[in-house]
Amino acid sequence: MADTTSSPLKRTALHALHVEYGGKLVEFAGYEMPVQFPTGVKEEHLWTRDQAGLFDVSHMGPCFLTLASGTRADPAAHDEIAALIETLVPSDIKGLKPGQARLTVLLNEAGGILDDLIITRPYEEDRQGELYIVVNGAMKDQDWAIFEAALAGKAVLKRADDGVLFALQGPKAEIVLGAHFPDCAGLKFMESRLMLLGGARCIVSRCGYTGEDGFEVLIPADAGPALVRLFLDDPCVRPIGLGARDSLRLEAGLCLYGHDLSPDVSPVEADLAWVIQKRRRETGGFPGAARILRELKDGPARKRVGIRPLERAPAREGTEIHVDGVASGVVTSGGFGPSLDAPVAMGYIDAAFALPGTKIDLMVRGKARPAEIASLPFIPARYKR
Amino acid sequence: MTTYYTKDHEWIRVEGDTGTVGITTYAAGQLGDVVYVELPESGAKFARGDDFAVVESVKAASDVYAPVSGSVLEVNAALTDAPETVNAAAEGEAWFVRLKLSDASELSGLMDEAAYAAFCEGH
Repeated sequence: MADTTSSPLKRTALHALHVEYGGKLVEFAGYEMPVQFPTGVKEEHLWTRDQAGLFDVSHMGPCFLTLASGTRADPAAHDEIAALIETLVPSDIKGLKPGQARLTVLLNEAGGILDDLIITRPYEEDRQGELYIVVNGAMKDQDWAIFEAALAGKAVLKRADDGVLFALQGPKAEIVLGAHFPDCAGLKFMESRLMLLGGARCIVSRCGYTGEDGFEVLIPADAGPALVRLFLDDPCVRPIGLGARDSLRLEAGLCLYGHDLSPDVSPVEADLAWVIQKRRRETGGFPGAARILRELKDGPARKRVGIRPLERAPAREGTEIHVDGVASGVVTSGGFGPSLDAPVAMGYIDAAFALPGTKIDLMVRGKARPAEIASLPFIPARYKR
Repeated sequence: MTTYYTKDHEWIRVEGDTGTVGITTYAAGQLGDVVYVELPESGAKFARGDDFAVVESVKAASDVYAPVSGSVLEVNAALTDAPETVNAAAEGEAWFVRLKLSDASELSGLMDEAAYAAFCEGH
């Protein structure tokens, strides 16, 4: 994660709060971000699963993509903007219901993944013809350049990464967020609404990156720190750093772009075929469709899998996977899962060995360590469906 | 009995020609929750600066370097089952290995407690 450039690090609107709460700051996606707070990664991880954790994700790339002709109170406007973005992603965006969000992937011409992102169709009748899109912080400049180049003259991109984007995750998230956003309890997993708070327009989405129930909220920068402080004042809530964010998402079997997903990996290989809905499988029309549709039909040559080391040694990213002494794959994310109290990993392996229960060896510091393929997620998701 | 410290945050407590080695409280604090410790075999020989053990936190793995040259007399096998001891008692119960020193003159290149405290202060 070392920064190889000398450009100054950006700071989010919550930077002063990170410092006040004793966050240990590191470089991440060009920003100075807290990797952990004084209680430490393990405690933060367990707290989030038990209570509620607050994550600053303002470094990510929230944006709005709007028809060049503007929004209008007409469902056909949604079909128009959906058709534009569907030239870049393989998911059924047209079929989103008002207020529904969907995970998808941005593809290159070879069917490789350029980023993973969440696209939301606004619920509000007068916002049809607009999409709310959140891309990864490290990839936002790339993604936005792709949107602008592909959709020039047809749609207008408005970045919203000058605001505050925070996630509140864990079993207490609904009751804590509900104190200030009473309508949040009405949302189900992957649903989103515009909500007003003291005159500020906030987008509240029931989603996250931990496997827990929870929300992500986009608020204007000027309203952000004061609002976040209100939530942090709740005794159920603690600030959580990037370290626990990573261990939580790994236990939840969720991919980290640049590690588990990359431009040479297809969504089928990444075990994300579920982001390609029926209509798109039938009609294609997305970058790399030839390869992806072929892999859907014949199966991919390699596949992303969960891995449980059978001893205590964690296997980190880059660890070779051997089957019967033959190199057969590689770990793309690996560490320790505090909720499982055991090491966990994800990686890619030849499809022949991808079945849960298959015995493998992880080559950790030159020594073969026994492990087995495990189904994902490692811990059951607790989304409110 | 004298304790010496390295710039890589190991300590070595020397009695005669044997030394007990571990990582410092400062290092343990920087690493965060230790979840795994990999120790060498008894009898293994190391030169000063060789990586002889690995300590892993939730997030990352770090090498532990030999403060001086020597051979391993004994390892603290209890750390394998209770790696969290490193966070609780880094400079006591959570020693890593006992070494038989092969060149006691190497100790003169290490810091004493006051010098190490000043070194950490500067970080």
